[in-house]
Amino acid sequence: MAKDTANELRIVGTRPDRPDGLDKVTGRARYGADISAAGLLHGAVVRSPHAHARIVKIDASKALALSGVKAVVTRADFPTGLTGEAWDLQENTMAGERALYDGHAVAAVAATSAQLARDAAKLIEVEYEILPHVTDVDAAMAPDAPIIREGAADHSVPEGLHPNVVRYIEFGHGDLEAGFAQADIVREHQYKTEAAHQGYIEPHACMGQMGADGKGEMWVCTQGHWFIRKMCTQVLGLDASQLRVTPSEIGGGFGGKTTIFMEPLSLALSRKAGGRPVKIVMSRSEVLRATGPTASASMDVKIGMTKDGKITAGSATFRMQGGAFAGAPVDMALYCAFAAYKVPALQHVGYDVLANRPKAAAYRAPGSPMAAFAVESLVDEMCTELGLDPLEVRVKNAAQSHETSSFGPKFGVIGLNETLAATQAHPNLSVPLGPNQGRGIASGFWFNHGGDTSVSMALGEDGTVTVSIGTPDIGGSRASMAMMAAETLQIPYDNVRVNIVETGALGVNEPTHGSRATFATGKATVEAAQSMIVEMCKRAAAKWGIEPEAVEWRDGAAHPAGPNAGEYPPMTIGEIGAAMSNTGGPIAGHHESVPAGVGESFGTHVVDVEVDPETGRTTILRYLVVQDAGRAIHPAYVEGQYQGGAVQGIGWALNEEYVYDDMGRLQNPVFLDYRVPVASDLPMIDTVIVEVPNPGHPYGVRGVGETGIAPPLPAVANAVAAATGVRMRHLPITPSKLLSAIKASKNG
Amino acid sequence: MKYHCPKTFADAAQIAADATGVIRYLAGGTDVLVQMRAGMVTPDDMIDLKHIPGVKEIVQNADGSWTIGVAVAGAELGAHAGFCADYPGIVEGLELVGSTQVQGRATLTGNLCNGSPAADSVPAMIAAGAVAHVVGPNGARDVAVADIPVGPGKTSLTKGELISAFTIPARGAQGGDAYLRFTPRTEMDIAVVGCAVNLTLDGDRVASARVAMGAVAPTVIVMDQAADAIIGTTLDPQALDTMATIVSGAVKPISDKRGTAEFRTDIAGVLAKRAAKIAYDRAKGTK
Repeated sequence: MAKDTANELRIVGTRPDRPDGLDKVTGRARYGADISAAGLLHGAVVRSPHAHARIVKIDASKALALSGVKAVVTRADFPTGLTGEAWDLQENTMAGERALYDGHAVAAVAATSAQLARDAAKLIEVEYEILPHVTDVDAAMAPDAPIIREGAADHSVPEGLHPNVVRYIEFGHGDLEAGFAQADIVREHQYKTEAAHQGYIEPHACMGQMGADGKGEMWVCTQGHWFIRKMCTQVLGLDASQLRVTPSEIGGGFGGKTTIFMEPLSLALSRKAGGRPVKIVMSRSEVLRATGPTASASMDVKIGMTKDGKITAGSATFRMQGGAFAGAPVDMALYCAFAAYKVPALQHVGYDVLANRPKAAAYRAPGSPMAAFAVESLVDEMCTELGLDPLEVRVKNAAQSHETSSFGPKFGVIGLNETLAATQAHPNLSVPLGPNQGRGIASGFWFNHGGDTSVSMALGEDGTVTVSIGTPDIGGSRASMAMMAAETLQIPYDNVRVNIVETGALGVNEPTHGSRATFATGKATVEAAQSMIVEMCKRAAAKWGIEPEAVEWRDGAAHPAGPNAGEYPPMTIGEIGAAMSNTGGPIAGHHESVPAGVGESFGTHVVDVEVDPETGRTTILRYLVVQDAGRAIHPAYVEGQYQGGAVQGIGWALNEEYVYDDMGRLQNPVFLDYRVPVASDLPMIDTVIVEVPNPGHPYGVRGVGETGIAPPLPAVANAVAAATGVRMRHLPITPSKLLSAIKASKNG
Repeated sequence: MKYHCPKTFADAAQIAADATGVIRYLAGGTDVLVQMRAGMVTPDDMIDLKHIPGVKEIVQNADGSWTIGVAVAGAELGAHAGFCADYPGIVEGLELVGSTQVQGRATLTGNLCNGSPAADSVPAMIAAGAVAHVVGPNGARDVAVADIPVGPGKTSLTKGELISAFTIPARGAQGGDAYLRFTPRTEMDIAVVGCAVNLTLDGDRVASARVAMGAVAPTVIVMDQAADAIIGTTLDPQALDTMATIVSGAVKPISDKRGTAEFRTDIAGVLAKRAAKIAYDRAKGTK
């Protein structure tokens, strides 16, 4: 078994150069749009300019008359009879009877150049009958709201709710009334967050090729190529194994690249164009209008607290819209809502609601940031009212290892206490604040995930090692896998090369999502290395003529296990590799499983802001992320995840939102007006890596990618409240909204 | 699309006058190329001005005034110590346009002729009293920069007319200017409100002033009454408040995705006060 204490580790915990670094800084790395092939055609997509409209007629004759236009596809080119999620995916790929949101694809064209494809797309005439629309979640539940899709609700929805409510969730424990009765104060408020996009720098891009025989290839920018394979073949009615999908390098995903958007269109166009490969590259405007942002939320939270800060009861009612399809992460949001607290009585109610917006995709800890905003804002409000230290209150009510969580299952070993203690000890908390400045504190949680995982590993003739994994590298995971493989095999980091391989090369892998890659692929990599060690020990045993059990692996070589095993010089991995043709053939290790033992991760953030009282502009002065990583394999990448999560959360808190006009058209589909933070908006984000090892991973890893986006939303709002005395319960806290609230508080 | 590379402004004007389709001039290209990529415009004739002698020159004339060529980029203007000392407000306006990379190309001319009411370099040019030299098929004329924009995306230049250079008046003693804009982000953003103030002093008192506001009306607007409120004062808090009230009362902003009319109105007065203080300090030589 691998060495499992920090001081015995040689590679885990160090900061080697990333294997993909040179390719990325020299521009050699090949991203989605960098692919080309002989006979390449370019695709363009015709999108609905209406939020909700019946498609009366599509006439592509003018486009098809252009020389160089090779194919046009509409929904008529897709198979019928799909149900459930497969139908949702197909409907989102290409509108059927109705366009359901501004940007919904209604036709696609392939031509010999990208310009020609765009020109041809403009010549495809679509006749629409505009229908009433709704984009706001609360408005979509109102009795007079237009019905987006009749019969879309599942069995969970009680009678009498609007047909736009498609899923209903309710759970809890304890005696709520008794809990509130024990409290000294009970407070209840409504909180709202707006849809935010993942904002990855690389727009979606793919090249698909499919012949009349139903065999196809795809090159695509994705977090999970088996998901691409499964979803594309479902939507097109093909056999999964006939499509081979190769992932490109990826310029960011954050959950948004775990599903399909225009990918099946490239295959459908290719099939219709005689099997010529078709490349489709989205523009930023297409990315914002037609790929998945996360849901917008409207949330009621009620909490009871004693004068000394004990939380006695809580309830959360969350309403979320995730576009014109079921799937807003209201369930996850509710599970996360009170996860950081041990509360005797809790009630959770959730509504998943349809609206005329793009289909929501996963975005970093789906649901958790909204939930944290509502609950952590209210906890802060109550701490302020009672004059309590918000960190002390979180310590007092902290969830504990091996105890039942707020959402049902028992926690494993969790590091919330340690995280809060490290926060309390940090020097940022004692920096004095000036006028118009305020400090905000909030915690956050993510479950993390295991998922289908398949890894293989092969020994080279010179003793170097190739690791084949199926989880695209979105956050430095090639380095982490190489480090874990090298640590386990006890060979140098540079002697391991990690490749992300295509769908034909491994068993099914889930995407790089749920903060699972370093945990699950890492665990499988360690297991694969262990199986290769077993084989290498066997080869040495055969050579020495002793039992395999009498051989042990250390320092990158097979050794006799002890004096009783005999006196033999160690056989290095290089010697074993060089001899393997004559000792039984190629040596490889592999592992397939759904790794158990996922470790949850808690984090606490502290932010200092300054608000300009004359303009309402909020400046982030100082920002601290403290989070449990279990164990950081490559600490620089863990810090990067913490900082990245904080930055995305700050953007969501202050400026990012989907702005719709009264026709339901997205008003800000460019980065000029969809305002993600720029570097000069931010201080260096301070980080503290807390390490409470996860017993479910050989090196103690917990996923770290997602927790960090949850606390910033409430932490920033809490800091703004401390700086101004104004409580902002509807994100984003734009200068315009904040100035107006400051003025109102002065007049009131 | 036809690409032209004239060697004189007269030739450029003739090409433009003879063209029958959509014309675009290429100086820095930071608007035109972006618009072409976004599919917003597909020019039939693209007239590149960069090869006309003098377009990259920054010249101080004998009377102390400045002549700026049409292809002088933000990075070049920002590196010119003499001009920066005289008109830091114009320089800071132009330098707010785009990223470092864009600064290597972006020009005053392009920023003006693109016609955006939110153009960052235009208010300070107008506050400074800059004049555009215009060449056309019927000869040359001088036009106040304030009279070039007539609405979003529209200028007063007629077919075949183009700007050949700007002249900015001599700074003189005890003068200063400043430009401030409000944006939700620190960079890579578009002005929700912009404000330039240009003034001269007589001792501690404001002798002359011009206040120009961006993004609060279809064009950049000059506010003489606001300037009058500070002329003759030492820029005391009361004078500043009076000016701010006049500014907020005179702006005619719209509500859009970048800000509400109410917010723009509030911010306009705040920015005017702040810009006036900076211009005053610069005129005093204290900053």
